[in-house]
Amino acid sequence: MKKIIRFVLTDILRNRIVIAYAVLMAVLSWTVFNMEDTGSKGVLTLLNIVLLVVPLVSVLFSTIYIYNSAEFIELLLSQPVKRPQIWLSLFGGLSISFIIAFAVAVGLPLFLFADFHQAVILFATGCLLSAIFVALAFLAAIMSRDKAKGVGVSILLWLYFALLFDGLVLFLMFQFADYPIEKPMVLLSATSPLDLARILNLMQIDASAMMGYTGAIFKNYFGSGWGVVLSFGLLLAWALVPFWISLRIFKRKDL
Amino acid sequence: MKKNGCIFLCVLLACQLQAATIRVGKQHAINSIKAAIKQSRAGDTILVAAGLYKEGNIVVNKRLVLLGENFPELDGQHKYEVLTITADSTIVKGFRVQHSGHASLDDPGGIKILEANYVVIEGNVLYDNFFGVYVQYGKHCLIKNNTLVAFGKEEQQIGNGVHCWKSDSLQIIGNNISGHRDGIYFEFVTASVIWRNVSAGNIRYGLHFMFSNNDSYFTNTFKNNGAGVAVMYSKQVTMMNNNFEQNWGDAAYGLLLKEISDSYISGNQFRQNTSGIWMEGTSRIKMERNAFVQNGWAMQVQASCMDNLITDNNFIANTFDMGTNGDVVLNTVASNYWDKCEGYDLDRNGFSDVPFRPLSMFSVVVEKNPSAMLLFRSFLVSLLDRSEKIFPSLTPEQFIDKSPRMKPLPL
Repeated sequence: MKKIIRFVLTDILRNRIVIAYAVLMAVLSWTVFNMEDTGSKGVLTLLNIVLLVVPLVSVLFSTIYIYNSAEFIELLLSQPVKRPQIWLSLFGGLSISFIIAFAVAVGLPLFLFADFHQAVILFATGCLLSAIFVALAFLAAIMSRDKAKGVGVSILLWLYFALLFDGLVLFLMFQFADYPIEKPMVLLSATSPLDLARILNLMQIDASAMMGYTGAIFKNYFGSGWGVVLSFGLLLAWALVPFWISLRIFKRKDL
Repeated sequence: MKKNGCIFLCVLLACQLQAATIRVGKQHAINSIKAAIKQSRAGDTILVAAGLYKEGNIVVNKRLVLLGENFPELDGQHKYEVLTITADSTIVKGFRVQHSGHASLDDPGGIKILEANYVVIEGNVLYDNFFGVYVQYGKHCLIKNNTLVAFGKEEQQIGNGVHCWKSDSLQIIGNNISGHRDGIYFEFVTASVIWRNVSAGNIRYGLHFMFSNNDSYFTNTFKNNGAGVAVMYSKQVTMMNNNFEQNWGDAAYGLLLKEISDSYISGNQFRQNTSGIWMEGTSRIKMERNAFVQNGWAMQVQASCMDNLITDNNFIANTFDMGTNGDVVLNTVASNYWDKCEGYDLDRNGFSDVPFRPLSMFSVVVEKNPSAMLLFRSFLVSLLDRSEKIFPSLTPEQFIDKSPRMKPLPL
C-alpha cells in the first residue's frame, strides 16, 4: 500500500499540475499579505480565495486523474492486492499531495503574517477542504464510466457548494422569514462543507458583524471550544463519508 | 467714642465671620463627623483624619468645607445613604465613601446633593455604592476628579454612577466611573457640561441622556459598556471629541440617538462597536469630522430620521458602512471618505468622479432577515453586492454620496 501511495505521489509530481497549483496559491497568498495592511484583513481575502480555488482544483484534478488511471487500476487489480487497498492508496496519494501543496503554498505566509489563532483555523480548514473535495471527486468518478459525465458531475458539485447552496439558503430564509429559523439555519449550514468552513473562520476574524441575535446563536454553536471541535468533526465526516460510499461501490463494481 | 464703637463692631463682626477649622479623628477631641457638624457654624472647615467612620447617614445642612486627609472612609454599612448635602456651597474633598445602602424606593447614594446649589464634590473615591453621586434639584454644582467603582451585576440591582435629576448648570469633569448601571445619567438637566470623564464597563449605558436640553459633552471615553451611550428625547446637545469604543453585543451601540433634534456631533472616534451610531427619529443634526473604524455597522440610519447632514467623516474597515430599514431617505450624505469606494478622480480635485452607495445590498438583506448573516462573505453574496452596486434595485436609489473623498481626512 505504501508503495502504491509513493507511486501515485511521484506520478502527480511528474504531472506538474499540482506544482502549478501550489505556485499559484503561493503567489496569491504572498501578494495578499503584502497588499493588505492588517493581518486579519489578509486572512479574510485569503479565505475567499481558499474557499473558491482549493475545492475547484482538487475536485477537478482528482476526477480527471482517476479516469486517467483506469488502466493502472486494472493492472493493479490483476495483482494480488485487495481492492480497498488500491482505492485507499489512490485517495491517500491524491489528498496528501494536495494537502502538501496547500501547506507549502498557503501555510507558510499564513503563519508568518497572520495572527496564530486565525492562521491555525484557516490552515486546518484548507487542508480538510482539499481532502473533502478529493473524496467528492472519487464519488463523482465511480458513479459513471463516462469521463465527460464524471467531470461534469464534479464541476456541478463544486458549483453547488460554492454558489447554488448559498442561493438556496437565502431563498429558504426569505420563504420562512416569519418563523424562528435561526437554529434550523445553523443545522442547514452544516450540510455544506464550504459554509461550515467559512463560518468557522469568520467566527475567529469578523466578530463584529456576526454579533446580532443570529450571531449570538452561531457563537454558541460554533464559537465555543466544543463548537470548533464539532465543526471539525463534521468537516472530517464530509471527507470520510463520500469516500466510504465510493469505496463500497468500488469493491463491488465490475470494472 | 463713636469711632471707637465702630471699630469695636467691626472687630466683633470679623470674629463672627472668622471661619473655624474643626479637626475630627481618633487623636483629636472630636472623633465623630456628625458631632463636628453639630458644633460647626456655616463657613467652617471640618478636617477629617484618616480612619473608618461608621456613622450612618451624615447630613450636611450648613455651608461647610469637608476635607479628608488620606481618604478617611465613610462607611454606609450597606444600610444608609452615606452623605446627604442640603446646604448651598458645600465642598466635599478627599473622602472614600463606601458601602451605601441598596434600596429602590428612596435611592440611597454615596453622596446625595438635595436641592443645593454651588456644591463641589472633588477628588473623592466612591466605592461599592448604590448610586455614586446623586444630584437632585442642584444648580451650578461641580463634580470633579472622582473615582466611582461599583460591582453591579444586574440592571435592577444597582444605581447610576453620577445621577442628575432636574438640575441645571452642572459641571461633571474628569471622573472615572465603572460598574454602575449608567455611568452618567441626565434626566431633565439643562445647560450642563460633561468633560474628560472615563466611563467604562458599566452595565447599561456609559452616558444616558433623557429630556435634557442644551447640554454638551466633550473629550470623554465611553468604553465597553453594556449598550454604549444613549441620547434620547433631547434638543441641542453638543457631542465633540469623545471616544466610543468596544461596545459589543446585541443591541449595543457606540451612540444611540433617539428623538434628538438640532444637535451637533463632531470629532468623535467610533471604534469597534457593533453599531457605531444608531439613529431613530432624529432630525436636524449635523455630523462632521467623525471617524468610524472597525465597527459592525458604522451607522444605522432608520427611515424615521430626516434633515440630518452627514459630511466629512471617515469610514474605515467597517463591516457595513450604513444600514437602514426603509426606502425613504431624507438625509444628506456628502463628502465623506469611504474605504470601500472604488472611484477614480480624473480632474484631481480630491473627490471621486463616481458617486458611492454606502448601503450594500447585503446590509439591506440582513436588516430584513437577520439570519442571512449566515451567508456573510460568501461568494454568492459578493456577486449580488457587485451587481447591486451597478444596478440598484433593492437599495434606495437616493442613498448616495455624490462626492466621496479619495483620501481619508486627518482625524
